[in-house]
Amino acid sequence: MGTVPSALKHCLSYQHLLKEQLWIGEPAAPPSPHAGEEFQISGLPEYVKIVEVGPRDGLQNEKVTVPTDIKIELINRLSKAGLSVIEATSFVSSKWVPQMADHTEVMRRIERHPGVRYPVLTPNLQGFHSAIAAGATEVSVFGAASESFSKMNINCSIEESIEKFEEVTKSARNMNIPVRGYVSCALGCPYEGNIIPAKVANVSKQLYSMGCYEISLGDTIGVGTPGSMKKMLEAVMKEIPLSALAVHCHDTYGQALANILTAIQVDSILSLLTLPLPFNSDVLEDKMGVGVVDSAVAGLGGCPYAKGATGNVATEDVIYMLNGLGINTGVNLYKVMEAGNFICTALNKKTNSKVAQASFSV
Amino acid sequence: MAAAKRALPWLASLRPISSAAAGSFPKQVKIVEVGPRDGLQNEKNIVPTQVKISLINMLSETGLPVIEATSFVSPKWVPQMADHTEVLQGIQKFPGVSYPVLTPNLKGFQAALAAGAKEVSIFGAASELFTKKNINCSIEESLQKFSEVMHAARASSIPVRGYVSCVLGCPYEGKIAPAKVAEVSKKMYSMGCYEISLGDTIGVGTPGSMKEMLSAVMKEVPLGALAVHCHDTYGQALANTLVALQMGVSVVDSSVAGLGGCPYAQGASGNVATEDLVYMLHGLGIHTGVDLPKLMEAGVFICKVLNRKTSSKVAQASCRL
Repeated sequence: MGTVPSALKHCLSYQHLLKEQLWIGEPAAPPSPHAGEEFQISGLPEYVKIVEVGPRDGLQNEKVTVPTDIKIELINRLSKAGLSVIEATSFVSSKWVPQMADHTEVMRRIERHPGVRYPVLTPNLQGFHSAIAAGATEVSVFGAASESFSKMNINCSIEESIEKFEEVTKSARNMNIPVRGYVSCALGCPYEGNIIPAKVANVSKQLYSMGCYEISLGDTIGVGTPGSMKKMLEAVMKEIPLSALAVHCHDTYGQALANILTAIQVDSILSLLTLPLPFNSDVLEDKMGVGVVDSAVAGLGGCPYAKGATGNVATEDVIYMLNGLGINTGVNLYKVMEAGNFICTALNKKTNSKVAQASFSV
Repeated sequence: MAAAKRALPWLASLRPISSAAAGSFPKQVKIVEVGPRDGLQNEKNIVPTQVKISLINMLSETGLPVIEATSFVSPKWVPQMADHTEVLQGIQKFPGVSYPVLTPNLKGFQAALAAGAKEVSIFGAASELFTKKNINCSIEESLQKFSEVMHAARASSIPVRGYVSCVLGCPYEGKIAPAKVAEVSKKMYSMGCYEISLGDTIGVGTPGSMKEMLSAVMKEVPLGALAVHCHDTYGQALANTLVALQMGVSVVDSSVAGLGGCPYAQGASGNVATEDLVYMLHGLGIHTGVDLPKLMEAGVFICKVLNRKTSSKVAQASCRL
């Protein structure tokens, strides 16, 4: 069966098929309230914000060093796709992360589209100052729920790392710079194995209390499943409002979309009970599941802990799912696919996005 | 919750949270392994008979309760399955494991019976165009052919599983109405199929369309008789399967190593990988009876023989540490 079956020639082309069905392409209109309620999966947010981490988290884990021009072109293309947050680069020492050595140049030369934010990683105060000097207007700090991971990754304990981040958030507050907090190993650690939800909640709370406006919970090695995702979120939601939570799922074990689906459906009743009374029922509007998802165009970035395994979930695949659920993202899937095609060609690698594989193959 | 509702009366006006929030999954899921048939049928290289037999034997050792062994179709159409009789007669039949085979018509059924088959499957579709292109007749005509098989099967006490293709989309017609899927499913169930496997043939479905389709089908066919057969062509398979489980479906089809590409999109993937499915189910505390390490061995074996990379992410992550 080596030849393409004749049936294929008569198929609707995938582009046609999917555009016609509004499965991809234009952002989905929110479902009408009268459109057969019983068919809707209840408890879903109407809008999900996608945080595109391809240019930073993605490229950082790619073997080939990417030329600065290519990075800038990628970010510019992503800016035109309707994404509202694009993590642009990382102000870490080039000794540790050579891929991000050109952080200042990238930050200075990218097109800054109105309405789009370009956070950058700042592991410490020094990185923060460099970032600000280079024109950054938002930063991120990276914590972990595992002591071993923290030690191996940034050579200090969780508590010591929190102290470093506090320096960053303090300076950031003085300059009105928003800070996003990441918690790695939220569903498992390559060194410690199982991570208890309470620990994730504890670290998240510390980051939130010091001023991070959003906490992105990362399944760093992709071992999580819907069951562990739900348990972890339930623990974290006791400490942090749902609206301040994001999930950052890795697809190393193929579980990312199922985990994301679980996160966006999570029972928000619990979170409501942590709010002070009395309050307007309008706050219910955004109380239906996690509403922020991190992903990387073309699923850029392998997993450094499992050779050859995949890492980040592909933005294209996430949007495809969200569009199919009638959830608005504001993102044009075609444009993301084009950006993905661009970077994969530049990197001479196959995309990790299944949507892209299926759509570009015919 | 009741106390919360008293304290906060406006809670009653909330949109209902899906049963997903209550965490109601089946305690047990039956996995129907379709790798040796659906999987291999869509692989480019012809697999030697002995390899097929070894694969099925390895799968039998994993604890899988159902392994679709082969297909009694004309070798002119499906050369990969030309050795169907030899395969069925050559495999070890483990006690407690079923080895259904595909039988598209009466002739195939009789050949299967003669070869020792104890269970058969028939393949319908929810799309007229797909049926025409695939088996050169209308849905109605195909159901008539099936009823011949059903009669013969009933006479020999052979259980029959029914498949419905294109339940979430068709490569020729595009969108498929859930009511049509329900109609075809109902007909096949009424004919005597003990189970109906609903197939997202081109993998275009998403959790929303899966829920919509299942809601329609569940009105016509009992939940206990339903299975889902999701393709991972757009990466949606596990998410779609999750929704089906949330709705109470407890039978899921999958293929070891994700064998079998999609004939409608060159280079794209097809079946969801059994390893990845089992990983998710076990993580949810759902019992499958399957030994994942043994399953991965079977996957490694067949991929080596086929000289191809596995499509299972669990296998990719686990084999190279």
